[in-house]
Amino acid sequence: MPQMPEDTVLQVTNLKKYFPIESGFLRRKVVGNVRAVDGVSFYIKKGRTLGLVGESGCGKTTVARTILRAIDPTEGSILFRTRDGIVDMATLDNEGLKKARTEIQMVFQDPYSSLNPRMPIMDIIAEPLRAHGYSRKDQEERVKELLELVGLRAEYARRYPHSFSGGQRQRIGIARALALNPSVVVADEPVSALDVSVQAQVLNLLLDLQEQMGLTYLFISHDLSVVRYLCDRVAVMYLGRIVELADVDILYGQPRHPYTSTLLSSVPDADPRSAWHAKAIKGEITGPPREVRGCAFAPRCPYAVGICKSTAPELRSISTDESVTHEVACHLAEELELEGVS
Amino acid sequence: MDTMTEGNILEVRDLTVRFMMNEGTVHAVNGVTFSLPEGKSIGIVGESGCGKTVSAYSVTQLLPKTARVSGQILFREKEGTITDIAKLPVDGKEIRRIRGQEISMIFQEPMSSLSPVHTVFNQLAEAMILFQGMTKKQARERCVELLKLVGIENAERRVDEYPFQFSGGMRQRAMIAMALARNPRILIADEPTTALDVTLQAQVLSLIQEMQDEFKLSMILITHALGVVAHMVDYIHIMYLGRVVESGPTLEIFENPKHPYTRGLLNSIPKLHGKRGQRVSSIPGAVPSAYSLPEGCVFRARCSERRSACMYEIPRRIQVGSEHYVSCCLYDGEEDQYAANA
Ligand SMILES: Nc1ncnc2c1ncn2[C@@H]1O[C@H](COP(=O)(O)OP(=O)(O)OP(=O)(O)O)[C@@H](O)[C@H]1O
Ligand SMILES: Nc1ncnc2c1ncn2[C@@H]1O[C@H](COP(=O)(O)OP(=O)(O)OP(=O)(O)O)[C@@H](O)[C@H]1O
Ligand SMILES: [Mg+2]
Ligand SMILES: [Mg+2]
Repeated sequence: MPQMPEDTVLQVTNLKKYFPIESGFLRRKVVGNVRAVDGVSFYIKKGRTLGLVGESGCGKTTVARTILRAIDPTEGSILFRTRDGIVDMATLDNEGLKKARTEIQMVFQDPYSSLNPRMPIMDIIAEPLRAHGYSRKDQEERVKELLELVGLRAEYARRYPHSFSGGQRQRIGIARALALNPSVVVADEPVSALDVSVQAQVLNLLLDLQEQMGLTYLFISHDLSVVRYLCDRVAVMYLGRIVELADVDILYGQPRHPYTSTLLSSVPDADPRSAWHAKAIKGEITGPPREVRGCAFAPRCPYAVGICKSTAPELRSISTDESVTHEVACHLAEELELEGVS
Repeated sequence: MDTMTEGNILEVRDLTVRFMMNEGTVHAVNGVTFSLPEGKSIGIVGESGCGKTVSAYSVTQLLPKTARVSGQILFREKEGTITDIAKLPVDGKEIRRIRGQEISMIFQEPMSSLSPVHTVFNQLAEAMILFQGMTKKQARERCVELLKLVGIENAERRVDEYPFQFSGGMRQRAMIAMALARNPRILIADEPTTALDVTLQAQVLSLIQEMQDEFKLSMILITHALGVVAHMVDYIHIMYLGRVVESGPTLEIFENPKHPYTRGLLNSIPKLHGKRGQRVSSIPGAVPSAYSLPEGCVFRARCSERRSACMYEIPRRIQVGSEHYVSCCLYDGEEDQYAANA
């Protein structure tokens, strides 16, 4: 049986997902690969939250989908601690997956399209329960419990999704994810589609549920402000790779990768007196490369030197204290003076 | 004869827009008043569905035929005369002139204003040849100049490409170039960066800022992001359910907000320097439907400070500072106080 430290619930090692690029009309040929996820490693401890941030297309959703085995990884292992021991999600057979998936669940970004409009809320939330053989009566009972848990009234069970606001629909999505009492919830941009006043409600709900139930989260977001409230440690992705991973206050306060620092200074904080370095960086992400030589960020990096263009930097620890995580993939990590936020 | 306050280029007064639908009447905009001082920028801010886009589209008569518009939209022409845009015949010569050379718009989705079947040059040059009487050669030079100005590299070559050959960020830049090609006096930007990543958002916003300075534009910036307006505009108008509930200078709105909604909104924004586990305060409930407006104050159902008067009285617009107005009955009587102190 695979091993991992006792307090670790999820441990992803060297995860890769390549999508083939096909060409030709009649006889389709694979001409290359999109390296959507290219060697990602991280772990999450029980009851903790790891944040996964980065710009559109950097591979966040692909990481999530491979962890849940909605798609098969190209390479790598995904160790997950279930009630019956540690399994590798990457190689589980269908039966094993069905069992493991009761303990690891996903919440999606779009509260509008992720709920079937023709099903009453009752049936939507009860779907996983039904699949796992709950009786009709037990289903109803549990759905009531779940609705209360996420702050909705039990009477709502008979209504259809269209009669709910965005924030309420996201609560329904969370209730469904929690139906089978999972230990891990993977939340992919769960508040990105919501208005600010409602976004805060859902964020607080996620925090409350974690405290009440000891849930472990993988929290995916492109919004660095939101991430700060939810996460213990944060991984920053750029084109399929983690470029920096650190305890939350360290990542924000003393970023060591130029990309992290750029991301932080690009966010317009809601304070007219705060500095906003609008012109922090040039260029834009062009999509994952087919082959990698050098650092993927080098073309946009203001500090790039020769080695950055020839040799891809490995993610390495620069922390001197064992209890503190700080890993960075930059040749110049020790030399640069980068700005963070307090 | 209409009159306007000196120094204003645009005054919108008591704008009301309804959509007659089979399901009922949508009260999209309900008596909105705001003004745009020449050479300054204003932000119209509010959550999804509050009427920002409909208000902006009214200014250039871009609403569908199902819209019923009333109120005044006063525009000061170059030579000083005043035109009430609301009274202009639909699709007549006058409104086309205003859209063609006085008021330009940029949108969230660049492809909605860029045609996919014409080259960037043909689209940019149209207004120059049509309205500014340039020759094709002059227009070409000007187009290249504009594309360079908005940061598109190899502009001489790229000007002959089609929009689909541009990346998302480049399209946004091309759209800004197109808006500027008309040499407008007013720029209306409707969520110009909402679909972009933060680093790109920072680039595009700072481009808009530069262009505003360069061309001495007056600007209306529409967004749901308070962080964006904090750094971009001189005055802010906060909308809720088709009404402007508070307006004033940017710093004043952030540092001395009066309306319970403005306060709630400001408190519900997650901050970059937040703390793990901290709860963000939120506004309870959700925005009600625009089909059946509540009587009295539209915010009362979610307001923690509501009084009995809020049930039946539509709050008046009360002056609480030199340029600071709020529509909330908590401030009844403060108008006299302000006048006495002033
Ligand atoms: N099924 C697929 N086939 C081919 N390419 C794919 C597929 N799914 C994703 N990709 C590509 O993989 C890359 C990573 O996509 P992914 O959706 O994981 O990004 P993301 O970080 O979640 O972005 P966003 O913030 O926009 O949601 C992108 O370039 C995307 O186009
Ligand atoms: N063509 C239309 N027909 C019917 N109702 C409409 C139409 N356009 C807008 N509305 C309604 O008018 C109200 C105001 O819409 P508007 O698009 O101005 O909101 P907004 O503030 O721009 O929101 P968002 O932030 O989502 O863009 C909404 O209730 C909307 O559903
Ligand atoms: Mg995604
Ligand atoms: Mg809009």
